[in-house]
Amino acid sequence: MSEVKQEKEPLFSAKNRKLLTNPLNLNNPITVQVLGICSALAVTAKMKPAFVMALSVIVVTAAANLIVSLLRNGIPPRIRIIVQLVVVATLVILVDQVLKAFVYDVSKQLSVFVGLIITNCIIMGRLEAFAMSNKPWPSVLDGIGNGLGYGIILMAVAFMRELFGSGTIWGLHVIPKSFYEMGYQNNGFMILPPMALILVGIIIWIQRSRNPQLVEE
Amino acid sequence: MYSNGYIFRYAGIMVVLVAAVLSAAAMFLKPMQERNDAVDKMQSILSAAGFEGVDAKNAIELFNKNVTNMIVIDPDGNVVNDFTGDSKENSKAFKLNLKEQLYNKSMSRPFELSIYVVNKNGESVYIIPLRGVGLWGPIWGNIALKSDYRTVVGVTFGHKSETPGLGAEIETPIFEEQFPGKTIFDENGNFVSIGVIKGGVANQPETQQSHVVDAISGGTITSNGVSAMLKNVLESYEPFFKKQG
Repeated sequence: MSEVKQEKEPLFSAKNRKLLTNPLNLNNPITVQVLGICSALAVTAKMKPAFVMALSVIVVTAAANLIVSLLRNGIPPRIRIIVQLVVVATLVILVDQVLKAFVYDVSKQLSVFVGLIITNCIIMGRLEAFAMSNKPWPSVLDGIGNGLGYGIILMAVAFMRELFGSGTIWGLHVIPKSFYEMGYQNNGFMILPPMALILVGIIIWIQRSRNPQLVEE
Repeated sequence: MYSNGYIFRYAGIMVVLVAAVLSAAAMFLKPMQERNDAVDKMQSILSAAGFEGVDAKNAIELFNKNVTNMIVIDPDGNVVNDFTGDSKENSKAFKLNLKEQLYNKSMSRPFELSIYVVNKNGESVYIIPLRGVGLWGPIWGNIALKSDYRTVVGVTFGHKSETPGLGAEIETPIFEEQFPGKTIFDENGNFVSIGVIKGGVANQPETQQSHVVDAISGGTITSNGVSAMLKNVLESYEPFFKKQG
Protein backbone atom coordinates (compact mmCIF):
# COMPACT_ATOMS: atom_id res chain seq x y z
CA MET A 1 0.00 0.00 0.00
CA SER A 2 1.37 3.37 -0.91
CA GLU A 3 -0.93 5.20 1.47
CA VAL A 4 1.78 6.01 4.00
CA LYS A 5 3.84 7.67 1.31
CA GLN A 6 0.92 9.74 0.02
CA GLU A 7 0.41 11.32 3.41
CA LYS A 8 3.54 13.38 3.02
CA GLU A 9 2.81 14.40 -0.54
CA PRO A 10 1.75 17.97 -1.37
CA LEU A 11 -1.89 18.44 -2.37
CA PHE A 12 -1.10 18.63 -6.04
CA SER A 13 1.83 16.28 -6.36
CA ALA A 14 2.56 14.84 -9.77
CA LYS A 15 0.70 11.70 -8.81
CA ASN A 16 -2.37 13.58 -7.67
CA ARG A 17 -2.35 15.77 -10.76
CA LYS A 18 -2.36 12.61 -12.81
CA LEU A 19 -5.56 11.55 -11.08
CA LEU A 20 -7.15 14.69 -12.44
CA THR A 21 -5.70 14.67 -15.95
CA ASN A 22 -5.59 10.98 -16.78
CA PRO A 23 -9.37 10.59 -17.14
CA LEU A 24 -9.40 13.54 -19.53
CA ASN A 25 -7.59 11.58 -22.17
CA LEU A 26 -5.77 8.28 -21.64
CA ASN A 27 -8.26 6.89 -19.15
CA ASN A 28 -11.38 8.73 -20.28
CA PRO A 29 -14.49 7.18 -18.72
CA ILE A 30 -16.50 7.34 -21.93
CA THR A 31 -14.04 6.73 -24.72
CA VAL A 32 -11.62 4.38 -22.94
CA GLN A 33 -13.48 2.82 -20.04
CA VAL A 34 -16.68 2.97 -22.14
CA LEU A 35 -18.88 3.80 -19.15
CA GLY A 36 -21.79 6.21 -18.97
CA ILE A 37 -22.63 5.92 -22.67
CA CYS A 38 -26.37 5.82 -22.06
CA SER A 39 -26.61 9.27 -20.55
CA ALA A 40 -24.12 10.59 -23.10
CA LEU A 41 -26.61 9.70 -25.83
CA ALA A 42 -29.56 11.12 -23.98
CA VAL A 43 -28.55 14.64 -22.98
CA THR A 44 -26.30 15.78 -25.81
CA ALA A 45 -28.83 17.16 -28.30
CA LYS A 46 -28.21 20.65 -26.85
CA MET A 47 -25.19 22.05 -25.05
CA LYS A 48 -26.98 23.54 -22.08
CA PRO A 49 -28.50 20.35 -20.66
CA ALA A 50 -25.25 18.55 -21.48
CA PHE A 51 -23.33 21.11 -19.45
CA VAL A 52 -25.67 20.83 -16.48
CA MET A 53 -25.55 17.05 -16.69
CA ALA A 54 -21.74 17.15 -16.75
CA LEU A 55 -21.67 19.53 -13.80
CA SER A 56 -24.09 17.34 -11.84
CA VAL A 57 -22.02 14.24 -12.54
CA ILE A 58 -18.80 16.01 -11.49
CA VAL A 59 -20.42 17.07 -8.22
CA VAL A 60 -21.91 13.64 -7.57
CA THR A 61 -18.76 11.63 -8.42
CA ALA A 62 -16.54 13.92 -6.37
CA ALA A 63 -18.89 14.00 -3.37
CA ALA A 64 -19.65 10.28 -3.53
CA ASN A 65 -15.96 9.44 -3.81
CA LEU A 66 -15.21 11.68 -0.83
CA ILE A 67 -17.94 10.24 1.37
CA VAL A 68 -17.23 6.62 0.51
CA SER A 69 -13.50 7.18 0.95
CA LEU A 70 -14.09 8.71 4.41
CA LEU A 71 -16.26 5.76 5.36
CA ARG A 72 -14.11 3.12 3.69
CA ASN A 73 -12.63 1.68 6.87
CA GLY A 74 -16.02 1.34 8.55
CA ILE A 75 -18.05 -0.01 5.66
CA PRO A 76 -18.74 -3.71 6.19
CA PRO A 77 -17.55 -5.38 2.96
CA ARG A 78 -20.65 -7.54 2.80
CA ILE A 79 -22.96 -4.55 2.32
CA ARG A 80 -20.51 -2.18 0.64
CA ILE A 81 -22.38 -2.02 -2.67
CA ILE A 82 -25.58 -1.13 -0.83
CA VAL A 83 -23.79 1.59 1.11
CA GLN A 84 -22.32 2.98 -2.10
CA LEU A 85 -25.72 2.97 -3.75
CA VAL A 86 -27.32 4.77 -0.81
CA VAL A 87 -24.61 7.44 -0.89
CA VAL A 88 -25.02 7.97 -4.65
CA ALA A 89 -28.82 7.91 -4.52
CA THR A 90 -28.89 10.46 -1.71
CA LEU A 91 -26.58 12.80 -3.58
CA VAL A 92 -28.57 12.45 -6.78
CA ILE A 93 -31.83 13.25 -5.02
CA LEU A 94 -30.19 16.30 -3.48
CA VAL A 95 -28.93 17.46 -6.89
CA ASP A 96 -32.40 16.93 -8.35
CA GLN A 97 -34.07 18.93 -5.58
CA VAL A 98 -31.57 21.78 -5.91
CA LEU A 99 -32.02 21.92 -9.70
CA LYS A 100 -35.81 22.01 -9.28
CA ALA A 101 -35.53 24.89 -6.85
CA PHE A 102 -32.98 27.03 -8.67
CA VAL A 103 -32.86 26.14 -12.39
CA TYR A 104 -36.38 24.92 -13.08
CA ASP A 105 -36.12 24.99 -16.88
CA VAL A 106 -33.04 22.83 -16.91
CA SER A 107 -34.50 20.45 -14.36
CA LYS A 108 -37.56 20.05 -16.57
CA GLN A 109 -35.38 18.98 -19.47
CA LEU A 110 -33.21 16.76 -17.32
CA SER A 111 -36.02 15.28 -15.24
CA VAL A 112 -35.53 11.72 -16.40
CA PHE A 113 -31.79 11.91 -16.80
CA VAL A 114 -31.00 13.18 -13.32
CA GLY A 115 -32.46 9.96 -11.97
CA LEU A 116 -30.20 8.20 -14.45
CA ILE A 117 -27.11 9.61 -12.75
CA ILE A 118 -27.63 6.87 -10.16
CA THR A 119 -27.23 4.25 -12.82
CA ASN A 120 -24.26 6.02 -14.39
CA CYS A 121 -21.62 3.30 -14.25
CA ILE A 122 -18.86 5.89 -13.91
CA ILE A 123 -19.89 6.73 -10.37
CA MET A 124 -20.26 3.20 -9.02
CA GLY A 125 -17.17 2.18 -10.97
CA ARG A 126 -15.02 4.87 -9.39
CA LEU A 127 -16.39 4.16 -5.91
CA GLU A 128 -15.61 0.47 -6.16
CA ALA A 129 -12.32 0.80 -8.01
CA PHE A 130 -10.85 3.85 -6.32
CA ALA A 131 -12.61 5.38 -3.35
CA MET A 132 -12.93 2.10 -1.43
CA SER A 133 -9.15 1.75 -1.27
CA ASN A 134 -7.78 5.30 -1.36
CA LYS A 135 -7.58 8.33 0.89
CA PRO A 136 -10.23 11.07 0.68
CA TRP A 137 -8.19 13.71 -1.16
CA PRO A 138 -6.99 11.50 -4.05
CA SER A 139 -10.56 10.15 -4.23
CA VAL A 140 -12.00 13.63 -4.65
CA LEU A 141 -9.46 14.34 -7.40
CA ASP A 142 -10.27 11.05 -9.07
CA GLY A 143 -13.98 11.89 -8.89
CA ILE A 144 -13.51 15.37 -10.34
CA GLY A 145 -11.16 14.01 -13.01
CA ASN A 146 -13.56 11.36 -14.16
CA GLY A 147 -16.47 13.78 -14.03
CA LEU A 148 -14.46 16.21 -16.16
CA GLY A 149 -13.48 13.48 -18.59
CA TYR A 150 -17.15 12.60 -18.94
CA GLY A 151 -18.08 16.27 -19.27
CA ILE A 152 -15.52 17.01 -22.00
CA ILE A 153 -16.85 14.26 -24.22
CA LEU A 154 -20.42 15.31 -23.47
CA MET A 155 -19.70 18.89 -24.46
CA ALA A 156 -17.82 17.88 -27.62
CA VAL A 157 -20.68 15.68 -28.75
CA ALA A 158 -23.31 18.25 -27.77
CA PHE A 159 -21.42 20.98 -29.65
CA MET A 160 -21.47 19.01 -32.90
CA ARG A 161 -25.06 17.88 -32.46
CA GLU A 162 -26.40 21.31 -31.60
CA LEU A 163 -24.42 23.09 -34.33
CA PHE A 164 -25.42 20.77 -37.16
CA GLY A 165 -28.76 19.64 -35.75
CA SER A 166 -30.29 22.93 -34.70
CA GLY A 167 -27.88 25.50 -36.16
CA THR A 168 -27.27 26.96 -32.72
CA ILE A 169 -24.54 26.98 -30.08
CA TRP A 170 -25.67 27.34 -26.48
CA GLY A 171 -29.09 28.30 -27.82
CA LEU A 172 -27.77 31.15 -30.00
CA HIS A 173 -28.14 31.01 -33.77
CA VAL A 174 -24.74 30.86 -35.40
CA ILE A 175 -25.52 29.66 -38.90
CA PRO A 176 -26.49 32.82 -40.80
CA LYS A 177 -29.93 33.17 -42.38
CA SER A 178 -28.40 33.50 -45.83
CA PHE A 179 -27.18 29.89 -45.61
CA TYR A 180 -30.74 28.70 -45.11
CA GLU A 181 -31.91 30.85 -47.99
CA MET A 182 -29.32 29.17 -50.18
CA GLY A 183 -30.84 25.81 -49.33
CA TYR A 184 -28.86 24.76 -46.28
CA GLN A 185 -30.87 22.59 -43.90
CA ASN A 186 -30.36 21.48 -40.33
CA ASN A 187 -29.52 17.80 -40.16
CA GLY A 188 -32.43 16.20 -38.34
CA PHE A 189 -30.42 13.03 -37.84
CA MET A 190 -28.07 14.95 -35.55
CA ILE A 191 -30.90 15.43 -33.06
CA LEU A 192 -31.53 11.70 -32.76
CA PRO A 193 -29.63 9.57 -30.21
CA PRO A 194 -27.90 7.27 -32.75
CA MET A 195 -25.88 10.23 -34.01
CA ALA A 196 -24.42 10.67 -30.53
CA LEU A 197 -23.20 7.10 -30.68
CA ILE A 198 -21.61 7.73 -34.08
CA LEU A 199 -19.95 10.93 -32.82
CA VAL A 200 -18.61 9.13 -29.75
CA GLY A 201 -17.29 6.48 -32.13
CA ILE A 202 -15.54 9.14 -34.22
CA ILE A 203 -14.01 10.66 -31.08
CA ILE A 204 -12.75 7.22 -30.01
CA TRP A 205 -11.27 6.72 -33.47
CA ILE A 206 -9.44 10.05 -33.42
CA GLN A 207 -8.23 9.46 -29.89
CA ARG A 208 -6.87 5.99 -30.62
CA SER A 209 -5.15 7.02 -33.80
CA ARG A 210 -3.28 9.68 -31.81
CA ASN A 211 -2.54 7.43 -28.81
CA PRO A 212 -1.36 4.09 -30.17
CA GLN A 213 -0.97 2.67 -26.64
CA LEU A 214 -4.77 2.60 -26.37
CA VAL A 215 -5.12 0.26 -29.32
CA GLU A 216 -5.53 -3.36 -28.35
CA GLU A 217 -3.47 -5.95 -30.19
CA MET B 1 -14.23 -9.40 11.02
CA TYR B 2 -17.51 -7.46 11.07
CA SER B 3 -20.21 -9.03 13.24
CA ASN B 4 -23.81 -9.23 12.05
CA GLY B 5 -24.74 -6.83 14.85
CA TYR B 6 -22.29 -4.26 13.49
CA ILE B 7 -23.66 -4.60 9.98
CA PHE B 8 -27.24 -4.09 11.18
CA ARG B 9 -26.28 -1.12 13.36
CA TYR B 10 -24.31 0.37 10.47
CA ALA B 11 -27.19 0.00 8.02
CA GLY B 12 -29.71 1.30 10.55
CA ILE B 13 -27.78 4.44 11.40
CA MET B 14 -27.03 5.10 7.75
CA VAL B 15 -30.70 4.88 6.78
CA VAL B 16 -31.84 7.23 9.57
CA LEU B 17 -29.13 9.77 8.75
CA VAL B 18 -29.91 9.74 5.04
CA ALA B 19 -33.63 10.10 5.72
CA ALA B 20 -32.98 13.10 7.95
CA VAL B 21 -30.77 14.82 5.38
CA LEU B 22 -33.24 14.28 2.54
CA SER B 23 -36.27 15.42 4.52
CA ALA B 24 -34.46 18.56 5.62
CA ALA B 25 -33.48 19.36 2.03
CA ALA B 26 -37.01 18.72 0.75
CA MET B 27 -38.56 20.95 3.43
CA PHE B 28 -36.07 23.74 2.91
CA LEU B 29 -36.40 23.79 -0.90
CA LYS B 30 -40.15 23.25 -1.13
CA PRO B 31 -41.26 26.91 -1.22
CA MET B 32 -38.94 27.64 -4.15
CA GLN B 33 -40.03 24.52 -6.02
CA GLU B 34 -43.71 25.35 -5.56
CA ARG B 35 -43.04 28.86 -6.78
CA ASN B 36 -41.40 27.46 -9.91
CA ASP B 37 -44.34 25.12 -10.48
CA ALA B 38 -46.80 28.01 -10.23
CA VAL B 39 -44.78 30.15 -12.65
CA ASP B 40 -44.56 27.22 -15.04
CA LYS B 41 -48.34 26.81 -14.89
CA MET B 42 -48.81 30.49 -15.73
CA GLN B 43 -46.37 30.24 -18.64
CA SER B 44 -48.24 27.26 -19.99
CA ILE B 45 -51.64 28.97 -19.72
CA LEU B 46 -50.36 32.11 -21.42
CA SER B 47 -48.66 30.22 -24.26
CA ALA B 48 -51.84 28.23 -24.89
CA ALA B 49 -53.67 31.54 -25.27
CA GLY B 50 -51.16 32.53 -27.93
CA PHE B 51 -48.84 34.86 -26.04
CA GLU B 52 -45.31 34.71 -27.39
CA GLY B 53 -42.04 35.16 -25.58
CA VAL B 54 -43.39 34.29 -22.15
CA ASP B 55 -40.53 33.33 -19.85
CA ALA B 56 -40.14 32.71 -16.16
CA LYS B 57 -39.36 36.38 -15.54
CA ASN B 58 -42.39 38.06 -17.08
CA ALA B 59 -44.91 35.24 -16.59
CA ILE B 60 -46.35 36.54 -13.31
CA GLU B 61 -46.70 40.09 -14.60
CA LEU B 62 -48.31 39.00 -17.88
CA PHE B 63 -50.57 36.59 -16.01
CA ASN B 64 -51.86 39.23 -13.61
CA LYS B 65 -52.34 41.68 -16.47
CA ASN B 66 -54.10 39.46 -19.00
CA VAL B 67 -56.06 36.88 -17.03
CA THR B 68 -59.40 38.57 -16.49
CA ASN B 69 -61.31 35.85 -14.70
CA MET B 70 -60.77 32.44 -13.18
CA ILE B 71 -63.87 30.33 -12.82
CA VAL B 72 -64.54 27.11 -10.93
CA ILE B 73 -67.46 25.06 -12.28
CA ASP B 74 -69.26 21.88 -11.22
CA PRO B 75 -70.02 19.00 -13.65
CA ASP B 76 -73.53 20.41 -14.30
CA GLY B 77 -71.98 23.53 -15.74
CA ASN B 78 -72.82 25.86 -12.85
CA VAL B 79 -70.28 28.46 -11.80
CA VAL B 80 -69.27 27.70 -8.21
CA ASN B 81 -66.59 30.27 -7.74
CA ASP B 82 -65.67 33.45 -9.60
CA PHE B 83 -62.38 35.22 -9.20
CA THR B 84 -62.91 37.90 -6.60
CA GLY B 85 -60.21 40.50 -6.51
CA ASP B 86 -57.62 38.91 -4.25
CA SER B 87 -54.32 37.47 -5.46
CA LYS B 88 -54.74 35.45 -8.64
CA GLU B 89 -52.14 32.97 -7.51
CA ASN B 90 -54.14 32.14 -4.39
CA SER B 91 -57.51 31.94 -6.10
CA LYS B 92 -59.49 28.73 -5.88
CA ALA B 93 -59.29 28.10 -9.61
CA PHE B 94 -55.49 28.34 -9.71
CA LYS B 95 -55.03 26.11 -6.67
CA LEU B 96 -57.49 23.47 -7.85
CA ASN B 97 -55.77 20.09 -8.08
CA LEU B 98 -56.91 18.68 -11.41
CA LYS B 99 -55.46 15.26 -10.68
CA GLU B 100 -57.62 14.87 -7.57
CA GLN B 101 -60.70 16.22 -9.32
CA LEU B 102 -60.34 13.85 -12.26
CA TYR B 103 -59.85 11.00 -9.82
CA ASN B 104 -63.11 12.00 -8.13
CA LYS B 105 -64.73 12.01 -11.55
CA SER B 106 -63.51 8.51 -12.31
CA MET B 107 -64.91 7.36 -8.95
CA SER B 108 -68.29 9.02 -9.78
CA ARG B 109 -67.86 11.46 -6.91
CA PRO B 110 -68.63 15.18 -7.12
CA PHE B 111 -65.79 17.21 -8.59
CA GLU B 112 -64.91 20.72 -9.72
CA LEU B 113 -63.04 22.13 -12.70
CA SER B 114 -61.40 25.43 -13.48
CA ILE B 115 -61.40 27.74 -16.49
CA TYR B 116 -59.14 30.74 -17.08
CA VAL B 117 -60.42 33.67 -19.07
CA VAL B 118 -57.57 35.47 -20.77
CA ASN B 119 -57.76 38.76 -22.62
CA LYS B 120 -55.83 38.41 -25.89
CA ASN B 121 -55.87 41.56 -28.03
CA GLY B 122 -59.29 42.52 -26.72
CA GLU B 123 -60.80 39.10 -27.27
CA SER B 124 -61.65 36.68 -24.49
CA VAL B 125 -59.95 33.31 -24.74
CA TYR B 126 -60.97 30.41 -22.50
CA ILE B 127 -58.20 28.17 -21.21
CA ILE B 128 -58.93 24.70 -19.93
CA PRO B 129 -56.25 22.79 -18.03
CA LEU B 130 -55.75 19.15 -19.06
CA ARG B 131 -54.32 16.12 -17.34
CA GLY B 132 -54.02 12.49 -18.37
CA VAL B 133 -51.64 9.58 -18.67
CA GLY B 134 -49.00 8.89 -21.29
CA LEU B 135 -46.78 5.85 -21.60
CA TRP B 136 -44.47 6.27 -18.60
CA GLY B 137 -46.22 8.83 -16.46
CA PRO B 138 -48.59 11.75 -16.35
CA ILE B 139 -49.08 14.13 -19.27
CA TRP B 140 -50.76 17.50 -18.97
CA GLY B 141 -51.44 20.68 -20.86
CA ASN B 142 -53.77 23.57 -21.56
CA ILE B 143 -56.19 24.06 -24.42
CA ALA B 144 -57.42 27.52 -25.37
CA LEU B 145 -60.88 27.98 -26.93
CA LYS B 146 -62.43 30.99 -28.63
CA SER B 147 -65.47 32.58 -27.03
CA ASP B 148 -67.69 30.31 -29.16
CA TYR B 149 -66.40 27.46 -26.92
CA ARG B 150 -65.83 25.44 -30.09
CA THR B 151 -62.74 26.57 -31.91
CA VAL B 152 -59.25 25.89 -30.61
CA VAL B 153 -56.91 28.87 -30.39
CA GLY B 154 -53.88 26.99 -29.16
CA VAL B 155 -52.57 24.22 -26.95
CA THR B 156 -49.56 23.46 -24.84
CA PHE B 157 -48.61 20.02 -23.63
CA GLY B 158 -46.20 18.79 -21.04
CA HIS B 159 -45.13 15.43 -19.69
CA LYS B 160 -43.19 13.94 -16.85
CA SER B 161 -41.21 11.16 -18.46
CA GLU B 162 -42.30 10.34 -22.03
CA THR B 163 -39.62 8.89 -24.31
CA PRO B 164 -37.36 11.64 -25.70
CA GLY B 165 -37.68 11.88 -29.47
CA LEU B 166 -40.92 9.87 -29.54
CA GLY B 167 -43.70 10.49 -27.02
CA ALA B 168 -41.91 13.56 -25.67
CA GLU B 169 -42.53 15.23 -29.05
CA ILE B 170 -46.03 16.19 -27.87
CA GLU B 171 -44.54 19.28 -26.29
CA THR B 172 -42.84 20.44 -29.48
CA PRO B 173 -44.34 23.22 -31.64
CA ILE B 174 -44.58 20.81 -34.59
CA PHE B 175 -47.21 18.81 -32.74
CA GLU B 176 -48.90 21.68 -30.93
CA GLU B 177 -49.25 23.82 -34.05
CA GLN B 178 -51.70 21.32 -35.53
CA PHE B 179 -54.40 22.26 -33.05
CA PRO B 180 -55.35 25.90 -33.71
CA GLY B 181 -58.48 26.10 -35.87
CA LYS B 182 -59.75 22.62 -34.97
CA THR B 183 -63.17 22.35 -33.36
CA ILE B 184 -64.36 20.21 -30.49
CA PHE B 185 -68.05 20.20 -31.56
CA ASP B 186 -69.39 19.14 -34.96
CA GLU B 187 -71.86 21.22 -37.06
CA ASN B 188 -74.82 19.68 -35.23
CA GLY B 189 -73.41 20.73 -31.88
CA ASN B 190 -72.42 17.25 -30.75
CA PHE B 191 -69.28 16.94 -28.67
CA VAL B 192 -66.56 15.10 -30.60
CA SER B 193 -63.33 16.24 -28.92
CA ILE B 194 -60.11 16.18 -30.93
CA GLY B 195 -58.56 12.87 -31.86
CA VAL B 196 -54.87 12.18 -32.36
CA ILE B 197 -54.87 9.69 -35.20
CA LYS B 198 -52.68 7.51 -37.39
CA GLY B 199 -52.81 7.61 -41.16
CA GLY B 200 -52.80 11.32 -41.89
CA VAL B 201 -55.43 13.98 -41.43
CA ALA B 202 -55.73 14.52 -45.18
CA ASN B 203 -56.91 10.92 -45.66
CA GLN B 204 -59.87 11.37 -43.33
CA PRO B 205 -63.43 12.16 -44.50
CA GLU B 206 -63.82 15.90 -44.94
CA THR B 207 -66.33 16.22 -42.10
CA GLN B 208 -63.80 14.63 -39.76
CA GLN B 209 -60.78 16.67 -40.70
CA SER B 210 -61.42 19.50 -38.29
CA HIS B 211 -61.58 17.13 -35.34
CA VAL B 212 -58.32 15.23 -35.81
CA VAL B 213 -54.58 15.85 -35.78
CA ASP B 214 -51.65 13.65 -36.80
CA ALA B 215 -50.17 11.38 -34.16
CA ILE B 216 -46.44 11.00 -33.54
CA SER B 217 -44.69 8.09 -35.23
CA GLY B 218 -43.28 5.82 -32.57
CA GLY B 219 -45.28 7.57 -29.88
CA THR B 220 -48.55 5.70 -30.23
CA ILE B 221 -49.35 5.27 -26.57
CA THR B 222 -48.52 8.87 -25.74
CA SER B 223 -50.61 10.02 -28.73
CA ASN B 224 -53.53 7.89 -27.59
CA GLY B 225 -53.01 9.35 -24.12
CA VAL B 226 -53.40 12.86 -25.55
CA SER B 227 -56.64 11.83 -27.30
CA ALA B 228 -58.02 10.27 -24.14
CA MET B 229 -56.96 13.24 -22.03
CA LEU B 230 -58.71 15.74 -24.34
CA LYS B 231 -61.88 13.68 -24.44
CA ASN B 232 -62.00 12.92 -20.74
CA VAL B 233 -61.42 16.49 -19.63
CA LEU B 234 -63.38 18.38 -22.29
CA GLU B 235 -66.51 16.24 -21.98
CA SER B 236 -66.88 17.40 -18.39
CA TYR B 237 -67.07 20.99 -19.64
CA GLU B 238 -69.82 20.28 -22.15
CA PRO B 239 -72.69 21.29 -19.83
CA PHE B 240 -70.89 24.52 -19.04
CA PHE B 241 -70.28 25.30 -22.73
CA LYS B 242 -73.94 24.56 -23.53
CA LYS B 243 -75.12 26.86 -20.75
CA GLN B 244 -72.86 29.68 -21.86
CA GLY B 245 -73.36 29.25 -25.60
